[in-house]
Amino acid sequence: MTAVVALEAITTATRRRRSWTLVVGLVLFGLVLATAIVSLFWLPYDPADTAGSRLEPPSLAHWAGTDRLGRDLATQLMIGARIALAVGIGSVAIGAVIGITLGLVAAFAGRVLDDGVSAFLDILIAFPTLLLAMLIVAAQGASLWSAVLAIGLAMSAIIARLTRILAKRILALDYITASRTSGTGMWGIIWQHLLPNVWPTILVNLALQFGLSVIAEASLSYLGLGAPPPNSSWGRMLKEAEGTVLTAPIGAIAPGIAIVILVLGLNLIADGLRDIGDPLRRVSARAVPAPTTEGPR
Amino acid sequence: MSILETSNVGFAYRRGPAVLHDVSFAVTEGRNLAIVGESGAGKTTLLRLLLGLASPTTGDVTFDGTALLRERAYLRSFRRNVQAVFQDPYSSLDPRQTVGRILAEPLRSLKIPGAAGPAIAAALKAVDLPADAVSRYPHEFSGGQRQRIAIARAIIPGPRVLLADEPVSALDVSTRVRIVDLLASLSESITVVLVSHDLGVVAALCQDTVVLERGRVVEAGATESVLRSPASPYTRRLLASVPRLSAPGTEAR
Ligand SMILES: Nc1ncnc2c1ncn2[C@@H]1O[C@H](COP(=O)(O)OP(=O)(O)OP(=O)(O)O)[C@@H](O)[C@H]1O
Ligand SMILES: [Mg+2]
Repeated sequence: MTAVVALEAITTATRRRRSWTLVVGLVLFGLVLATAIVSLFWLPYDPADTAGSRLEPPSLAHWAGTDRLGRDLATQLMIGARIALAVGIGSVAIGAVIGITLGLVAAFAGRVLDDGVSAFLDILIAFPTLLLAMLIVAAQGASLWSAVLAIGLAMSAIIARLTRILAKRILALDYITASRTSGTGMWGIIWQHLLPNVWPTILVNLALQFGLSVIAEASLSYLGLGAPPPNSSWGRMLKEAEGTVLTAPIGAIAPGIAIVILVLGLNLIADGLRDIGDPLRRVSARAVPAPTTEGPR
Repeated sequence: MSILETSNVGFAYRRGPAVLHDVSFAVTEGRNLAIVGESGAGKTTLLRLLLGLASPTTGDVTFDGTALLRERAYLRSFRRNVQAVFQDPYSSLDPRQTVGRILAEPLRSLKIPGAAGPAIAAALKAVDLPADAVSRYPHEFSGGQRQRIAIARAIIPGPRVLLADEPVSALDVSTRVRIVDLLASLSESITVVLVSHDLGVVAALCQDTVVLERGRVVEAGATESVLRSPASPYTRRLLASVPRLSAPGTEAR
């Protein structure tokens, strides 16, 4: 009896802690989102304004100091927020659309096509994002969109493999057979049963991939494959601060912290979604699925 | 009158050996039929053919005297008449749909005219579930209740035949009895085809029995005569294994 009560207390505590991860994650993400939105309407300085003195430490006039050309770093950080979100949303959109479609095709396909798609995905997953990015940059030139495309394509392979495995598992279940004997066609089965059941897991994964894409873009930018300053990403800011990291560390620390805030926020969101997103894991009697558990209608 | 019939049906899974050979029998309207046989004998495969989920490699499955067509309108009317209940009540209901949505699916997909609400309420009543079940999710129900939901989904299009693949084997003994009672009461208006390992259930529910051994029909006829004087050695072995399972002492442990 006491054991049952204790167990209940533990599960409740776990659930509460989990919902806190979601709240904290959303706050961190919201911070970046708000910054990005504000940057569209207002910036402390013109990003190209080199009027400040060089490598200034943080002050009232320049909250995050200036870079080695005298440009305001706070301004660059705000633009960087916009770019980080654009990269994340862009690559997640590419990764989700291509990945989910390819995964479903593989799951429904006959063995030959399935094997073909699987082999293709394995190659794409083994292919370094960096190499992919270099190929795209070679073809299109270095730009933000080259980086987004490379990251999105690399992500689509991972999402496709996940979707394929999840979908195959669901398709083997009796409620799919029951749906067929109920007269529902293939598209009905995909929309009504398959997507709603694979979506929560994919959503959690997309939140994680969003965070990874921000890091990937930072790495690509650091290697000079991203957009050039002054409209630069946080990764590019790190690169710019490389030579002066000892004399003016704020130039590296500020974008570093910004990346951590966003990626940590997204990871916490993924963690929180994982738990509340699945009605099967919830033991509570009020088991109305959260909106996130519903597939796209 | 036979509703469903198989004639010389053979079946092999893709790139696999044949799992059904020359299977012929008929489901007669008003006479429940049991399909018994060891694990792997091909019972589930046979039901999939009877449901039109797969086509026989050789031979024919006929419904009301004509071979099953692949055509959409035909399949719709076929599925209104031939429905199924599965073994595992935990995987046969979509965990993310309310019971109401689950029960509405056949009405919608099979384009059955009339309002869904009253039909769903009637089906829930027929399987002895409360009307407020419509807004709840499968995980809020016990195994026996879930199987009732699955049965409600199967009877909602008003089928003439209900194919049930070991519908009670995943349930505990007392729940089993109640589900068998439910199937018995339904079989006053619906012909039940039952796959079961439980010869007690078979004897209680089915007038006819087909015994399947490694994909072949080794015995067929009235349940009473099959169980009382089994002609094939295989059926005799099957019968001999029954008292051992329910012998006093094994339960006392
Ligand atoms: N999807 C499949 N692909 C290939 N072979 C299969 C498939 N499903 C079943 N089989 C094979 O077909 C044979 C018959 O299987 P089936 O499931 O029809 O047996 P069953 O009589 O229902 O057994 P059980 O009592 O264990 O449910 C088995 O040998 C099995 O290995
Ligand atoms: Mg079976």
